Formats: sequence, structure tokens, C-alpha cells
Amino acid sequence: MALATSLPPAQSHRLGAEALPIAMFLLLVTIPILAPLAGGGYLLSFSARVMIFAIAAVALDLLVGYCGLISFGHAAFIGLGAYAVGILSAHGISEALMSLPVAIAVAALFAFLTGLVCMRTSGVYFIMITLAFGQMAFFTASSLAPYGGDDGLTIATRNTIAGLSVLNNERVFYYVVFGCLLGCYVFCRALVASRFGRVVRGAKENPVRIATIGFDVYRFQLTIYIIAGALAGLSGFLLANATEFVSPAYMSWQRSGELIVMVLLGGLGSLNGAIIGTAAYLLAEEWLSGFTEHWKVIFGPALVLVVLFARGGLIGLAAALVRGRRHA
Amino acid sequence: MPDPVLRLENLRKNFGGLIVTSDVNFDVMPGELHAVIGPNGAGKTTLINQISGLVAPDGGRILFAGHDITALPAHARARLGMARSFQMSSIVPSFSALENVALAVQSRAGSSFRLFGRAAAEASLNEQAMAALADVGLAERVRAPAEQLSHGEKRALELAIAIAAGPKLLLLDEPTAGTGREETARLVALLHRLKRRFPMVLVEHDMTAVFALADRISVLLYGRVLATGRPHEVRANPQVVAAYLGDEME
Repeated sequence: MALATSLPPAQSHRLGAEALPIAMFLLLVTIPILAPLAGGGYLLSFSARVMIFAIAAVALDLLVGYCGLISFGHAAFIGLGAYAVGILSAHGISEALMSLPVAIAVAALFAFLTGLVCMRTSGVYFIMITLAFGQMAFFTASSLAPYGGDDGLTIATRNTIAGLSVLNNERVFYYVVFGCLLGCYVFCRALVASRFGRVVRGAKENPVRIATIGFDVYRFQLTIYIIAGALAGLSGFLLANATEFVSPAYMSWQRSGELIVMVLLGGLGSLNGAIIGTAAYLLAEEWLSGFTEHWKVIFGPALVLVVLFARGGLIGLAAALVRGRRHA
Repeated sequence: MPDPVLRLENLRKNFGGLIVTSDVNFDVMPGELHAVIGPNGAGKTTLINQISGLVAPDGGRILFAGHDITALPAHARARLGMARSFQMSSIVPSFSALENVALAVQSRAGSSFRLFGRAAAEASLNEQAMAALADVGLAERVRAPAEQLSHGEKRALELAIAIAAGPKLLLLDEPTAGTGREETARLVALLHRLKRRFPMVLVEHDMTAVFALADRISVLLYGRVLATGRPHEVRANPQVVAAYLGDEME
């Protein structure tokens, strides 16, 4: 068709754009091989922890970066996923084929029910109401006396997969987490480029225009809120298995704030940034807390500098440096 | 006599004590271009906002293509085939011109709850969007981010978004607002080309354009319809001349 041929080609730097995620996942996949050389089991469990939080951060980036919805209660979904594992395990069910769907479903259901209300608001009100629902989940978990209340709940053993206790092997567990992160990343990349993703991206910048061309912005945003909640539930499932422990602290508002910091630090709206930001945050915590327990006194100003001078986060900073070198 | 595409019945709207729409009766026939003119503050944009669903009227009814749409939200009206442009260009700034228009096509072409498949690579969406962009003379600028377009190009993009999905009614709120003489002429020529393709409600300040384009004109003053008629009738109406046209038609 003549029209199709008259469409000028899109500017393409696909390979350049894909270099970062490819490098990131290659590094992650080789860590279990490198681990015996440096850090050993500690490096392995630390990296698994990074990837677990990266799943939640990628999900949060869907909301903050692509929809402009600053959810301040994202940790609640992690906690719900973790508690699903803990509570089922307390009743003798430690089969992943059972607890994983439950963890995801519970988080998705909570997202749906709270989203019905949250999505009616925007801006500061959205932040406050997600915070309120998050705190509600936190206090509910704290008062669950049969499941440890404030103290949390120790899980007797990691989940089995189809009856096999393979997750007790740290390497297998690592690769399961890696697979989940990769799957989550690929899914989210497809999502934001899809028809659905185009609508929510448009609504972030101009909701009135999106409504007047025929889209019910509310339904689209509610849907992505549920997706982000479900992915955080997956993260919670993995976190409970990694630590073999669940506690209300997983749902605290500080944890929700940390997730926002991770996404901001890495760079909003790129998904890559969420992973980089999570790694940077947890590394900084690890490294700086070696000097002082008040490590946030150092980290805080550093974050301010990043936000002030590198608007695109670490990703934006790296891109600016690469551009600068090319121009020099 | 065919049924009107759009009919307003006794539409009323107050902002506090200010009456912005006062018992407005108004219709648009198939194929008709019905212009709305009036001084600043006459309630023209509020009227368009009520028709498109961004402002809820306090009383009266809005009928569109046989449906009572008074209680429908904006997106549902758009789904029924109503498209609009805004006085201040309303686009998605970071999207390309093509993506802005393709998104409008997408709203009428199948479900947008598709979570997979690159929307930007959907040929059918892009072809229809290209056609609309070619209609408004933006074929060369399809890949440009919308925020980098000139003011006149943004006005044209605004029109492309409105016509892309093949609407049953176009609501155009000052399509030439803020453009220079040359660009105004280009946009008016474009409206001439679009005129028989879509029924339109046109709010416009350029009187030369209005009198050249309109099949009927309604004059709004303090939220009331002062007069409705063919251009020559409106021009000859002494009330209209006294209230509004006097200094415009020198």
C-alpha cells in the first residue's frame, strides 16, 4: 500500500538500547559461577536479594515511571505475597505450586480492591491513600497473633516444587529468582510497548486527551495497578523463601519509600533503571552500613545530588557521560 | 427531514452565580457545519466541554446520534463517535505525531486491552494515522515528537487526532487559535476540505473564516443563543450586529 511505503523509517538504535539489559542479565547469570572466587555464598544470597527487590521495583516503575502514579504502599503487596507463603507453611502447606498462585492472587486481589478507591484520586491524594492502605496491611499483619504478630513468623522450610525440595540448593534458588526477574522484565517491556501500554503512557502526560479519544483511563490504570501488585506479590513469595521468615516490617511504609528511592535512583520509566537502582541502593546500604549504622546520613545527601543533577537517575547519568565522551 | 446528529435541549450551566449556559437549544444536521460565535466569555468553550463530556450540565439534555448522552462520561461519548479539538493544543508531548494519531485510531479499532504485541508496529493503525496526517499536511513530520512541532503544526496535529478515527461529529474549539495569518489561511483551507466529510461544531474567532465555512451560525452572548441562522441572516440581524458583529465586520 502506498501509504505504508511513504512511512519514513523510525530512527533505530535498537542494539544500543538493548546493550544495557543484555549486559545486566549476563552479569546476573554469571554470578553463581563467579561466587566461589569472590564472596562465596554471601555474594549469591545478596544478589538473589537484589533480584527479588528488583522485581518489585520494576513493577513499581510501571506505576511511577509509566503512569505517573506514585504508589506509597507498594511494600504491602510484597508483604502479602510473603505472608501467603508464611501462613500456608504454618498450616503445613509448603508446596510452591500452591503457595505461589495464592501469593500472586492475594496481592492482585488487594490491588483490585484498594485500586477501586485509589484510582479515583490523583496526585498527593493518590500518594496518601496508597500509604493508608499500605499501613492498614502493616497493622493487620502486626496484629496477627497466631502468625507471630509483631515478631513475625519463621518458616520451617523453603517451598518445594512439585514435592522436590530443590529450592534448598542456593544455586537453584538463585536461578529460579533470576528466571522470575527475567520473565517479569520481559513481560513489562512487552506491556509498556503494547496497545495497552501506549494508552497508559499517553494518560500519564495528558489524561484529558486520552479520555476524549475514547479511553476510560480509570480502567486502564486499575488494570496496571493490579498487574504491579501481582508482580510485587511474586517478589514477596521469593523474599519469604529467601529469608525463611516473614515479618510485618516487609510491609512498613519505610520499605515502600525505599522502593520509590530505588526506582528514582536508577531512573524512572525505563525498567532498566529500576533494576540498576535496586542494585545500587542495596549495595550502598551494604557498603555504607559497614562504616556506620547511620549510613542513611551519607546516602541521603547522595540521593539528593542524584535527583538534582541527574534527572534521569543513574541511567540518565550514564547516558549523559557516554554522550559527553562522544562529543569530546 | 433527517434526524440531527447532535441536539442540545434547554442546556443550562452555572459556575456559582455566573450563568455560562442559559437554556441553549442547538442542533447539528448530518453534513452540516454549525459555527458558534460570540465575544470572549460568552460560554463557547464551556458549551463544547458540556457536549464532549468534560463539564456536566446543570440541566437539559444532550442527544447524540439518537442516544441521550447527558450522563455519559467523555470517553463513552468518544466511543460513540464524537471527536474534539482543544483551544490549547492537547496532545501527548513525548509521543511522535504518528503515535498521537495512531492512539486515536486505536481507540476505535479493536480492544486496547491487548497486553502484548508492539502497538507501534501495527501497520493498520499506522496506515490510518498516516492517512489522517496526510489530510492535514503533516505527512513529512510524522516521526517528530509532538512537543517539537511548531504551533501551527500542533494545531494541524490536533485536527488529525480528531478526524483519525472517522468520527460522526467533530467539535472544533478555535482551530486557528494563536496562529499567524499564513497558518490561519492553511488551516481554514483544511477545514474547507474536511467540511463535507464530517458534521462539525466550529467555535471560531476569525469571522471571515466563519462566514465562508458555516452552513449555520449560532451567536452566543452571556450563555444565551442570541440568534441562529444562515450566515446572511445572522449578518443582517440587528441584535447580532449591535451586540457582537458591529466592530468585527467593519
